[in-house]
Amino acid sequence: MCITCGCSDTASPRVSNLEVSQADHLSNHHSSPTHGEHEHDHVHGHHNTHDHEHTVLIEQAILSKNDRIAHHNRQWFQEHNILALNFVSSPGSGKTSLLEQTIRHFIDNIFISVIEGDQETFRDAERIQQTGCQVVPINTGAGCHLDANMLARGLEELHPPHNSLVMIENVGNLICPALFDLGEQAKVVILSTTEGEDKPLKYPHIFQASTIMILNKIDLLPHLTFDVDKCLDYARMVNPHIRIFQVSATTGAGMQSWYDWVQTQRVG
Amino acid sequence: MHELSLTRHIVSILAEKAQGAKVTLVTLEIGKFSPVLPDAIQFCFDIVTQGTVAEGAELEIIETPGMGECHTCGAHFELQQMFAPCPCGSTNMTRLSGSELNIKQMVVT
Repeated sequence: MCITCGCSDTASPRVSNLEVSQADHLSNHHSSPTHGEHEHDHVHGHHNTHDHEHTVLIEQAILSKNDRIAHHNRQWFQEHNILALNFVSSPGSGKTSLLEQTIRHFIDNIFISVIEGDQETFRDAERIQQTGCQVVPINTGAGCHLDANMLARGLEELHPPHNSLVMIENVGNLICPALFDLGEQAKVVILSTTEGEDKPLKYPHIFQASTIMILNKIDLLPHLTFDVDKCLDYARMVNPHIRIFQVSATTGAGMQSWYDWVQTQRVG
Repeated sequence: MHELSLTRHIVSILAEKAQGAKVTLVTLEIGKFSPVLPDAIQFCFDIVTQGTVAEGAELEIIETPGMGECHTCGAHFELQQMFAPCPCGSTNMTRLSGSELNIKQMVVT
């Protein structure tokens, strides 16, 4: 265990390359080669000579380091004219299916690459890879979200080209990803009709942090008691500016509006 | 369990600022409506600080209230719930505070 910040090697994320099936265990997981950022200076061997108590004012956001790396990521995306979207949802909302359909729609015209965050396994990454786009899986291990440094490491592996689209599939979780800015242009929260319509009220932070909400699995509505109007009201109560698309990634219903939005976000 | 990750960020900042000095007291500011459980931070803090400059340090957490500004009547008021309306009944407001996640200060020896 690192004696400076207490982080554990066994809990550190693994950025992998599916082509060589080799995980790059991040022994130096605080560094971000993309940006040459190093999160902290180790103070091993520094001998303390203070013999009296004094107060040190810090007045710093707990997530200031993450936010600084996210800022670098955002700048890097802008410099390379890359649209980066961060997809967040509960497990089982249809995130991977939505990504698969979106990739198949755009792949002939736009270079797409995917960062695939999951706690364990390459299963979703392999699904995405079958669409023909390049994908880098990040297994977060004990972590319940991606952070900006993990994304920076993933981008080092991914090498997305100029004028492309990077889709980041975050770990299935409606709580933790809300706190961690990755440097994306927009968070896209996916809610499915097989969940409760009151999810925006129960997990408000992720809906507040998102630019887009996609209501997925609308093809199942005839079989469910899900109240769409209430759901949309709740989402707008939490975030009056949120833009909402109602789709079925399975049947393709409503997907064109979503594709149109993605297209308008691309510059040049 | 993002509190574990947050606590690692906290201890990393403390170590950087302490420059090897021993940390005995840490004061955090956590907003009433931030998605963070102070008890979970405390639990993680005791574990994450083991073997670090902040091992054994006391953790003090100040919960900051959620204040809102009403755009209808102009009042500044304390929100008891995240989406509570202004006492005048209006929901047209801006939340001014309650989302803080800050390290305020530490005591070192």
